[in-house]
Amino acid sequence: MMRRMKPPVFEYHRPGTVAEALAVLAEVGHDGKVLAGGQSLVPLLNMRLAAPRHLVDVNWLAELDEVGCGPDAVRVGALARHARVEHDRDATAAIPLLGQAIGDIAHATVRNRGTVVGSLVHADPAAELPAVLVLLGGTMELARAGDGGRRELAAADFFLGPLTSALHPGELATAATFPRPPAGAGSAWVEVARRHGDYAICGVGALVELDQGLRVAAARAALISVGPVPVPVDLTDALGGRPHDDADWAAAGRLAAAATDPEDDIHATAAYRRHLAGVLTARAARAAAAHAARRLEAAS
Amino acid sequence: MSETLHEARLVVNGVPHTVRVPARRLLADCLRHDLGLTGTHLGCEHGVCGACTVLVDGRPMRSCLLFAVGVDGAEITTVEGCRSADGGLGPVQQAFQDCHGLQCGFCTPGFVTTITAWLREHPDPTEEQARQAIGGNLCRCTGYQNIVASVLRAAELVREPHHGPAGGASVPRP
Repeated sequence: MMRRMKPPVFEYHRPGTVAEALAVLAEVGHDGKVLAGGQSLVPLLNMRLAAPRHLVDVNWLAELDEVGCGPDAVRVGALARHARVEHDRDATAAIPLLGQAIGDIAHATVRNRGTVVGSLVHADPAAELPAVLVLLGGTMELARAGDGGRRELAAADFFLGPLTSALHPGELATAATFPRPPAGAGSAWVEVARRHGDYAICGVGALVELDQGLRVAAARAALISVGPVPVPVDLTDALGGRPHDDADWAAAGRLAAAATDPEDDIHATAAYRRHLAGVLTARAARAAAAHAARRLEAAS
Repeated sequence: MSETLHEARLVVNGVPHTVRVPARRLLADCLRHDLGLTGTHLGCEHGVCGACTVLVDGRPMRSCLLFAVGVDGAEITTVEGCRSADGGLGPVQQAFQDCHGLQCGFCTPGFVTTITAWLREHPDPTEEQARQAIGGNLCRCTGYQNIVASVLRAAELVREPHHGPAGGASVPRP
């Protein structure tokens, strides 16, 4: 019988603890790759665009399978699947943007296996979660074998380029921490894709803080698919001081479009992507302001 | 070249199996070639088309994006496991027949497994919800109208007491 196999040959490691995983990763160095959900890595293997000599399967590391909601942040362990975070009431109540953005990641079937931290490490410029982490000012927890082998890196320093993060060979990303937005903040995620579940041609997450008078105190956005890494934009200059339901949303959109440097590709021209950056930022900021107002009214 | 073989224990449609396979054997290929369960179909082989969807511990996943060794110990449900308890068509399969939900049938196994799991959490779906449920599965010949109708018909059948849960009694729940 034919025994067909699409992926290239690799040596398979299944550590039972994080310490074991770090030891293996240290040993294999540049030749190693971590397998978590595999929803981005296995397609690359199947198409033979990647051929790591060692795969370190972290799916048995129960200690990484956690979602922790603290007073200041939601900490997501490296084995928490998208679907778990998406449906975690505490996590999405603390940070509604998590639920808003994760719902646009691929399809439910993919979200059942893919992990939040894996998506961050993959650093796809079209992925939602890197922008969420950048927008919230979150951090990555990285570990390597040996004393003092743990470090934290701010999201802004973690994403270096398309499919390139600051993770070193031999390191394992063990968790991501998403800070809770301040009281009075609202959020929104909007994106345009050719079909629901496809990679976004452009996507925007927005966070708008209102003061007690329901005027915009601060506003910012992060955009995907319009640059090599998520593009953060401060929108406060365009929206600050304005009522939550009567601000110059188009001006916020112009700020965002000017901050982007998209490229042409088979799916869209650079000009169309920049147009979307403006339109979607205006839409996201407006929705985030409305969300903030609803939350403030519900809390009062 | 001899490749290292790994042992993986899989309970497929309620039947325990132990396979010895290279680490790079995809779950889909393991089901088809090692276990002879050719109901699981491979379309794109990179996670886009949904044809190879199986249930892993009750949850739909792409079997072309899983290694057999990576789901060692899991309970797998394929389209063969979505039949009714008496061996006839399960409610989702029956609904596809009733509503002409397939023509060539290549994509159908992925639809049947996906819908079987989905109906447990959405026993009384709207048409809009039914469309969203199948958003991750591609069909290139039937068109989606009859498949959406099949989802709604399957929900009716599952609600009828004599049909019982979608996929019979053996499909594990997450």
